Amino acid sequence: MLTFIVRRLGQSLLVLLVAGAVAFSMFRFVGDPIDNMLGQERTLEDVERLRVQLGLDQPFPVQYFKYLQEAVQGNFGLSYRQGREVSEIFLERAPATLELAAISATFAVLLGIALGVYTAIRRDGFVANLIMSASLIGVSLPTFLIGILLIYLFSVELGWLPSFGRGDVVNLGWWNTGLLTESGLKALILPSIALGLYQMTLIMRLVRSEMLEVLRQDYIRFARARGLSERTINFRHALKNTMVPVVTIIGLQLGAIIAFAIITETVFQWPGLGLLFINAIQFVDIPVMAAYLMMISVMFVLINLIVDILYAFIDPRLRVSSK
Amino acid sequence: MTDLTPTDQTSADDQGPAPSRLHQALDSDLAYSFRRSPVAMVSAAVSLTLILAAVFAPLFATTNPFDPASLNLMNGFTPPLQPNAFTGESFAMGTDDQGRDVYSTILYGMRISLFVGAAAVLFAMALGIVLGLLAGYLGGWVETLIMRVADIQLTFPSILVAMLIFGIAKGVTPVEYRDQMAIWVLILAIGLSDWVQFARVVRGATLVEKSKDYVDAARLIGRRAFPIMLRHILPNVLSPVLVIATISLALAIIAEATLSFLGVGAPPTQPSLGTLIRIGQGFLFSGEWWILFFPASTLLALALSVNLLGDWLRDALNPRLR
Repeated sequence: MLTFIVRRLGQSLLVLLVAGAVAFSMFRFVGDPIDNMLGQERTLEDVERLRVQLGLDQPFPVQYFKYLQEAVQGNFGLSYRQGREVSEIFLERAPATLELAAISATFAVLLGIALGVYTAIRRDGFVANLIMSASLIGVSLPTFLIGILLIYLFSVELGWLPSFGRGDVVNLGWWNTGLLTESGLKALILPSIALGLYQMTLIMRLVRSEMLEVLRQDYIRFARARGLSERTINFRHALKNTMVPVVTIIGLQLGAIIAFAIITETVFQWPGLGLLFINAIQFVDIPVMAAYLMMISVMFVLINLIVDILYAFIDPRLRVSSK
Repeated sequence: MTDLTPTDQTSADDQGPAPSRLHQALDSDLAYSFRRSPVAMVSAAVSLTLILAAVFAPLFATTNPFDPASLNLMNGFTPPLQPNAFTGESFAMGTDDQGRDVYSTILYGMRISLFVGAAAVLFAMALGIVLGLLAGYLGGWVETLIMRVADIQLTFPSILVAMLIFGIAKGVTPVEYRDQMAIWVLILAIGLSDWVQFARVVRGATLVEKSKDYVDAARLIGRRAFPIMLRHILPNVLSPVLVIATISLALAIIAEATLSFLGVGAPPTQPSLGTLIRIGQGFLFSGEWWILFFPASTLLALALSVNLLGDWLRDALNPRLR
């Protein structure tokens, strides 16, 4: 078990180093930093002085190490476009994305598992079939079209919900929350459905197929023969054993939610990290792009690590044969 | 895994005259399964129609949306099938703010979407096949290196990888070439984000094929590693590749549309379906629904039909996966 965790940790560190190298190379090779900082009017001495001052005359590994050192301390430099500390902008934007991701993940997991169990138990029922057909469309609809469709239905036609922005936010120290005001909560509904729908259908289909697989097994038939209630069989015996693959997928989908938030945030003009990243790409704002890459790698690596370790805890067989 | 491929298989019975290639193809398991599946036939018909319409766009389009001379600003915002108030012209799918015929822009936009999608898949496929063959056949540190990179890339969703590659490539290209290069950068970004699937499948299939007698025989008569990989193993690992390629095409079309919709893809001078949807979204609130509706429906029909075709192909080529 311990070797398993250590090996996973080593792998995660490798991923982070690679991501760091990519992020650093963006600075180093996309344009010349000196060009970016000095204008047209400059002397060769100025260029040379700045090159030494910034440490750009040193070998690549030394520069890379220094960059990592700064990055670990949360220093990602100044945004080319806004002229402010990248870390400051990130802190300001993070609550919006985290709240959106948390709400849509909860929505996706709860509804996904519930519908998955339902469609598995009533496998030939009319409603179950209807849900399954609808989910097929849900999987093939691109995320941004779902968002546009929701806006059209609930904002343009019905006028019930706002189509963009976060509504009013309440300031709790450095955390701006939209969860405490009515307009903030209303503004959350459409984006979190748009973001969570795809993951929900995915979880639902997975839970359903795993449930069907498990319900076919002998121990379920035996439980039924023992005269246990359907409820106990379905939830205590069957659902529990479907959880191994489901937990993995849910974990990985959490990462996907953060990534797909980029799309949802653009559709709904949600002032979070994803929108910041898209704008950074459009204006080639390298420091913001690099910092986003670092942040998202840390997040993905952490999620993967936790999922792997959880996996070993849930399924005892993996503890032995984990190679 | 490959025993159902219609090509590369000689018929076992030598009695009687050999059936013609066409006859053989029509009689294969694949054709049989195709005739039995209404979903496959409908989706094949839809995707074929859309692809042909895109390829021969100049023949089907009523105007050339990229030729400013053919546009009339007075035609702007004409609703579908209604004559314009000033010019009296009418358009099947209406016009956008600049008086461009929506139907024609969709045909030309689909061309770009399909071109980017197909080119990206071909690129990903070539890269994935080469790396997968190398990893599977050579093993050792080559395999470790390639598969480790694949694992790392799989950690991230492919759309995110594509965005990052697009962003970096955009930064590297000089400003004056950015619009011209955008399409190629897009192909590179989507292709690089998608090779892992191919490499993993090809590696897996290569590992199976490697241990078979015909490979040993080829090695015994002194063929070198590269000819064995390309001439002997490659033809036998192609059928799963074909399945992944079809499904990847649908995903690549959606990825392209997503990137263009977000404004980090095809430039407004060469609008793809995603760019058209991006433009159309701006008119959603003012009531000009057709500028958004028709491109979005086209994208949906295209992605859905190619996707269903891929699903059918997977089931038909590999009944065990069902």
